[in-house]
Amino acid sequence: MAGHRADPAEPDAVSPDTSFSKEPTSRRRFLGYLLAAPTLVAAAELGGPTVFGAPAANAAGDTGGGIPPSPQLADSYDLTDALVHAARPTANLITITLDENGHAHFELHRTEVGQGISTTVAMLIAEEMDLPLEHVHVTLADARPELMTNQLTGGSSSVSSIYYPVRTAAAVAKGKLLEAASLVLGEQANFLSSKLGVITSSAGRSVSYGDLATKAASDSTKQVEADLKSESDFTIVGKPTRRIDALDAVTGRKQFTTDLDVPGAKPTMVCRPPTINGTVGSVNNAEQVRRMPGITDVVTISSGVAVRGETYGQCIDAVNALDVNWGPGPVDGESDATVEQKLKDATPPAVIPPTPATKTLERQYTFAFVNGSALGVNAAIADVKSDSAEIWSTLKIPIAAQEAIAELLGMAITQVTCHVIPGGGSFGRTLFHDAALEAAEISHKIGKPVRLMWHRADDCRQGRVHPMSVGTMRASFANDVVSFEQHHASVRTDFGHGLGDAVSSSVATHVPGVSYTVSEAIFLLTTPSFYNFGITKTLLTETHQSPENNQPRGGFNTSSVRNVYSPNTATTRELFVDELAEKMGMDPYNFRRKYVKNEKLLKVLDKAAEVGGYGQPTPNGVGHGIALHHEYKQTMACFVELDCRPETVNRKVRDGVTGPRVTRGVLVTIPGHVVVNPLGMEAMMQGGFIDGFAQALTASVHLDRGSIAEASWDNFFYCRQWNLPFEFTPVILPAEESETPAGAGEMGVAPAFAATACAYRAATGTTPTHFPINHNDPLPFEPYPHEPPLPPSPTNGLDYAY
Amino acid sequence: MPEHTFTLNGKQVTVDTEDNVRLLWVIRDLLGVTGPKYGCGINVCKACTSHINGKAFNPCSVQVADVEPDDEITTIEGLADTVESDLHPMQEAWLDHDVVQCGYCQPGQIMAAVATVRKARDEGRELSDADIEGIRNVCRCGTYFRIREAIKDGATRM
Repeated sequence: MAGHRADPAEPDAVSPDTSFSKEPTSRRRFLGYLLAAPTLVAAAELGGPTVFGAPAANAAGDTGGGIPPSPQLADSYDLTDALVHAARPTANLITITLDENGHAHFELHRTEVGQGISTTVAMLIAEEMDLPLEHVHVTLADARPELMTNQLTGGSSSVSSIYYPVRTAAAVAKGKLLEAASLVLGEQANFLSSKLGVITSSAGRSVSYGDLATKAASDSTKQVEADLKSESDFTIVGKPTRRIDALDAVTGRKQFTTDLDVPGAKPTMVCRPPTINGTVGSVNNAEQVRRMPGITDVVTISSGVAVRGETYGQCIDAVNALDVNWGPGPVDGESDATVEQKLKDATPPAVIPPTPATKTLERQYTFAFVNGSALGVNAAIADVKSDSAEIWSTLKIPIAAQEAIAELLGMAITQVTCHVIPGGGSFGRTLFHDAALEAAEISHKIGKPVRLMWHRADDCRQGRVHPMSVGTMRASFANDVVSFEQHHASVRTDFGHGLGDAVSSSVATHVPGVSYTVSEAIFLLTTPSFYNFGITKTLLTETHQSPENNQPRGGFNTSSVRNVYSPNTATTRELFVDELAEKMGMDPYNFRRKYVKNEKLLKVLDKAAEVGGYGQPTPNGVGHGIALHHEYKQTMACFVELDCRPETVNRKVRDGVTGPRVTRGVLVTIPGHVVVNPLGMEAMMQGGFIDGFAQALTASVHLDRGSIAEASWDNFFYCRQWNLPFEFTPVILPAEESETPAGAGEMGVAPAFAATACAYRAATGTTPTHFPINHNDPLPFEPYPHEPPLPPSPTNGLDYAY
Repeated sequence: MPEHTFTLNGKQVTVDTEDNVRLLWVIRDLLGVTGPKYGCGINVCKACTSHINGKAFNPCSVQVADVEPDDEITTIEGLADTVESDLHPMQEAWLDHDVVQCGYCQPGQIMAAVATVRKARDEGRELSDADIEGIRNVCRCGTYFRIREAIKDGATRM
């Protein structure tokens, strides 16, 4: 890869592109707590009025060209702000405990799913306490109902929300350690220095944090003030840092839900209906299946028929042997074409009327359903007893799971314990607690602990998908663009997991006078204006909103999938901008340069073009695309070079699709504030970029009369090694002066999707109207049967040994 | 139930189970060795990639009855022991390139990487980009760029 990557092997080598602003920042003072405990325990409130100022409005219309856009909500208050503010009102505490070995322990109220949040938080604590990183231990907190909307891992908001609270707790601890050391060493605290867990006096005497852990303990709980370290003194935060959980992962020691050894929790799977959310009728051979080898239990539940046994392999055989009378599901009449038609029918006429003096351009693009399955399938362990329940699962909103399970079991919330287990990916899936709720139902019905795992085919066919949508663009223009209207018609996105409540209550508080639904709020929070295109309007319409679709087992199973609306809305907007540029006689890059609405967007645009070599000569069939996006406090531009030549498109890979190949990619960002771990952010940029081009080119699921065709990774064409670009360059420019650190988990998806679509247009001269571009080709695989539901495991594995 | 004997990570093991139970479940559910992950059960995602007598294979698609008593099965947990070290050079490369995100696919990716390097060597040639593109293991986090770098680096250390 090109030289913009930070090198983790050289801790001092922070390239200029990855450093944050070194402007002196004044030390900031926050209120924290000391808690009564045998060793030092320091705490902080999650947020508070002193932490964040009012959100600053972005300067609009300051680049000269075109007519400034009408203001959009997300220009001044966006999804990150809403999620950060949702974290503010809780008066409950996060705590850092120092043990007698001088190690700090922190139970994180966020969920590690591969985004690296536990490493980021460990870095913040190590920085503020002057501890070696390996002396900081981060585990995941159980569900804590008192935290309300604050125990929520979504919308790429974690770092933005906890940057100041975690540092405050660490600073309280450090302050108390200095105070205790002052007594031990006989010098005033301000003459002491701390480094790597040791405090040293000016006379050269020293004492370790471990020796101070009990001396610094507080015998009462009290509020104290803490000065945060000046950001210009950071030595850990801002340095490319490897993940703290990597060693466990590469040695096989890292445990996911199905790896946990909970006594009696035997493998459990569910026989599911052939169509989405189909109804469960009678079982004709339950007793016969119960007698199959290894099987202990067969029980009908709301979503299917559960089997429990000694091994998952025997469960698969039992599931396939079940003879069940299935009833119809709520969307049996729906296929890709019927849903697309409903979305087009739901698209209203233009709200900004054309004038005789202007020309108009109108375009429409369709986006298929996309699988949200992580590599770690939905899984949960449940041990339900008569008066308590214990759950282990990857839960990004564990409180929502706890509430739902308590309601299902008729228990009080305090009787349900939810342990949060690191996830094998998430991509929106584990915002929901589908597996945990199902496992609780099964364990309750059979009276035994269960270790529930969804089969991959279940995860593909009954798991949550990114909803299908149709984007409609309308612009009127003369010498400049005078109006720019974007309409997004989408199958309803399920926000029933609690994130929506957090967002909409924040919006109601911070944007008074307007009433939005959850969907409208999230849509408006993620669609700022980008260009000086005059009157600018964005609108959302959702279909499949009937009451039954809002039931837990209602219509389609939807969720965000590494981003909510933006992959589709950004692609719609940016591809249309390319079409508009052509109509107005300009090339896509210079058109954007002329009309982009602020200097930050211009800066990332120019940087992406420069690093990518935009516009340099390419062979016939190879094209360049460039696209802009702003979300999660990141101002981004993406460059893509796409090879659509026949020799590339027609490459053959067994049971895989090839097609056009991204040969080079560049993703440039100006982050909102200090980047805690540039190496982690680069990893997110790589992963998001891959998601983006995969959704543009190959990754979708096909709906046919209520059933999804895909059942494996050889059906759902997410990127494999043979699709990978030869070169990808992440570029992190110096941070802007803002209070809020940027989110990274989903940042790259939308701009990469958009830039790939634009590159396809440049390479082929054809503007795609459907995404992914191969979605309407004949299916490149023979779908597995829907009855019995699971593809049987092959027996010829040794033939493929290499 | 029939008894099945083989060597797992250097130790002889014997299990009582049906002949047709796939080896992945014998290793994970009956023997409690959880490094090889489930991701599909049909030899597609490759998350369970392990070694049989030094060659990469997917135990989700092999019946336990087809494993012979003198077969040596190695999972990620036993990889370092094959070079009598705390970590195999490929695991070290994985750490140095900070490959891991969620980590779910990585045991399989590392086992596939080691076998791919060995296969090229056995064929008397250096590891090529085409070899790496032939690795079918899925990583849904999208760590593929770093996997590519780590394999090349790990190959030089093997």
